[in-house]
Amino acid sequence: MTARTENKTSAVFDIHDMTVAYDRRPVLWNIDLTLRNPGLVAIVGPNGAGKSTMIRAAMGLVPMVSGSVSAWGSPIGRELGRIGYVPQRGSVDWDFPISVFETVLMGTYGSLGWFRHPGRVQRDLTMRCLERVGMQDYAQRQIGQLSGGQQQRVFLARALAQQAELYFMDEPMAGVDAATERVVFELLQSLSEEGRTIVVVHHDLRTVSEYFDEVVLLNVRIVASGPVDTTFTSANLQSTYGGRLSILDTMAEAVQKQTETE
Amino acid sequence: MLHMLPDTAVLFAGGIPIPFEAQTTRLAASLGLPATDVQNAFWTMAVGALCAVCCSLAGCFLVLRRISLLGDALSHSVLAGTAGVYLLTGRVDPVPMLCGAIAAGIVTAVLTQFVHKAALVPEDSSIGIVFTSLFAFGVVVVSQAKHVHLDLDCVLFGDLAFAGVNLHPTFGWLVPESFRSLIPTLMITLLLLAVFWKELRLTSFDPTLAVTLGFSATLMHYLLTTVVAIVTVSAMDVVGLLVVALLIVPAAIARLLTDRLSTMLVLSCLIGVSCTTIGYLLALRWDSSAAGLSAVVAGAELLVAIVVSPKNGLLGRLLRTVRLRIRICAEDVLAGLFRRQERSDAPDKRVQASVSECHTLAGGGIMSVAALRWLLSRQLLQQAGPVMLLSETGLRYARSMVRSHRLWEAYLQENFNLPSDHLHDPAEAMEHFIGPGVQQQITEELSQSAEDPHGRAIPDVKRQDVR
Repeated sequence: MTARTENKTSAVFDIHDMTVAYDRRPVLWNIDLTLRNPGLVAIVGPNGAGKSTMIRAAMGLVPMVSGSVSAWGSPIGRELGRIGYVPQRGSVDWDFPISVFETVLMGTYGSLGWFRHPGRVQRDLTMRCLERVGMQDYAQRQIGQLSGGQQQRVFLARALAQQAELYFMDEPMAGVDAATERVVFELLQSLSEEGRTIVVVHHDLRTVSEYFDEVVLLNVRIVASGPVDTTFTSANLQSTYGGRLSILDTMAEAVQKQTETE
Repeated sequence: MLHMLPDTAVLFAGGIPIPFEAQTTRLAASLGLPATDVQNAFWTMAVGALCAVCCSLAGCFLVLRRISLLGDALSHSVLAGTAGVYLLTGRVDPVPMLCGAIAAGIVTAVLTQFVHKAALVPEDSSIGIVFTSLFAFGVVVVSQAKHVHLDLDCVLFGDLAFAGVNLHPTFGWLVPESFRSLIPTLMITLLLLAVFWKELRLTSFDPTLAVTLGFSATLMHYLLTTVVAIVTVSAMDVVGLLVVALLIVPAAIARLLTDRLSTMLVLSCLIGVSCTTIGYLLALRWDSSAAGLSAVVAGAELLVAIVVSPKNGLLGRLLRTVRLRIRICAEDVLAGLFRRQERSDAPDKRVQASVSECHTLAGGGIMSVAALRWLLSRQLLQQAGPVMLLSETGLRYARSMVRSHRLWEAYLQENFNLPSDHLHDPAEAMEHFIGPGVQQQITEELSQSAEDPHGRAIPDVKRQDVR
């Protein structure tokens, strides 16, 4: 019993039996996932596998039908201050009248809470975060004037300003050039060396073994998860990408129909 | 908007001071107009300005959150609110009516979200469904009531034109009646901005981040909606349903003119005030609806902004295009002169060309005049009496142009399967956009870079210090 509690608290992040449904139709089935050690984790899977949904549900942005999520042994809702979420680049209006500096400054709002305004400490931190992603020269630009890769760096700088210990990033490599991708990965690696955990929804299978410590193979259910060396095998990839389990699809439809007719 | 019949008599109290009376009287004297007229005009413009400022401040956030239609919805459901209060109390008192109107605004916002989520209708349709139903409810109630008369003109246009005529004693001053609701409204709006500036901006820009940082985006949405409802109710008494124009248009214009939120707020206020002021003055001149003309002025100002906007304005785009054309024509002259020098018997001797030859190289027309002036002002060309010749910097510039051209030809030749007579034209277009960086890149990629596909040497440029 003691050993189990110990085990549980030592896990950075734990999803227990999570099921998520959109409009009663399950899109993620019985997810069980435990990340014991800090490191760089890739979530990999085909389109529509529920990768983004999984991290959004874990952050409480999408309601779960069942299951629980914990971080460092306590319910995730209580630990949100230590967790950073980097949404897909397309999730915000890049025409919004706001400068790069102000966008990154928003990362510090979590530590400020309601009503308090950012001061010297937050501004200095913001500038350091911008320097870390190499965007200090663009601080006063309006965010819409940036290229896709630069926008992604701004999002990362904002995440850095959150000073979180656990990060969820939704496709930070989508639509960036090779140079930015390298910069981003170096940054993620240095974060990981500082003892943080970074969970990245990732599309590019070629770079998984090069950059990541662990991998989660997802296709509406967890196919496999663990260290890249042992988990990222062609057999596992085959069952992740080799088509969905047609019974799950049938069941999803059945569940939806049942709830509609009753 | 709703009046008890007969209308309550306006109370005129003697001896209560009117602010700025001395100034308006002096202005009237200098303009040779009756003092009361100038005073009325002054107060009307003040009411209009106050109204515009409240609307613009709230409107900026509606525009940025892409919920402009909500302003429209609130202005309509206000009628349902006042009618509902009448139904409950059977009386027409300003304060309960105001509360009812604000409550109706909040109900609209809540119902909109409910219909959107429960009936799975898109949010804009859901706003449309809710506010038309509520408005219709208000109309039905008002038409059933015996002693209440719905002043349609007032609903549509408000009573801006008379806002400055009826002065009422308020806190020891004689000021327009609408000040009683507009001043608190402005305070509430400014308070919202001052207290929730950080939260408003965060939830408007990235509600998801806001939620993960522990800020309730929903709470901010309803808070903003409440303030917009208050603004709408107070402003509707003055400008009627055209409040929608004051909410949205100044904010939209300001958005075109700046990339900073704080500047946008200030600009939208100035624009809003200019709309109501100009609108009122035009209404005086043409004896027309002041609120109507304010909205027309707002529309006209938007058109002007579309033309002159620094970012995407038509004028700005036109200017940039013209500037680019001039540069291209000028560069064509330089490249042409360089080629001529290359072909001549003495390639080291600076080639000369008559002014008219240069015009031909630039393509003729007004553009070539501008292009030659461009070249002379940058001292790329020198004029010696009737002839033009390349300066030292001009020669370097020209060499770089020709280099870009031939590099591009060579690049096309190597990577595209094009016949050799199809290489010149694309290179002619691209040469103007190839900077030193790309030159370098192409040079590195080409297997042999000494000659272009036509066998002409690609001129070497050591340092490109002109562009």
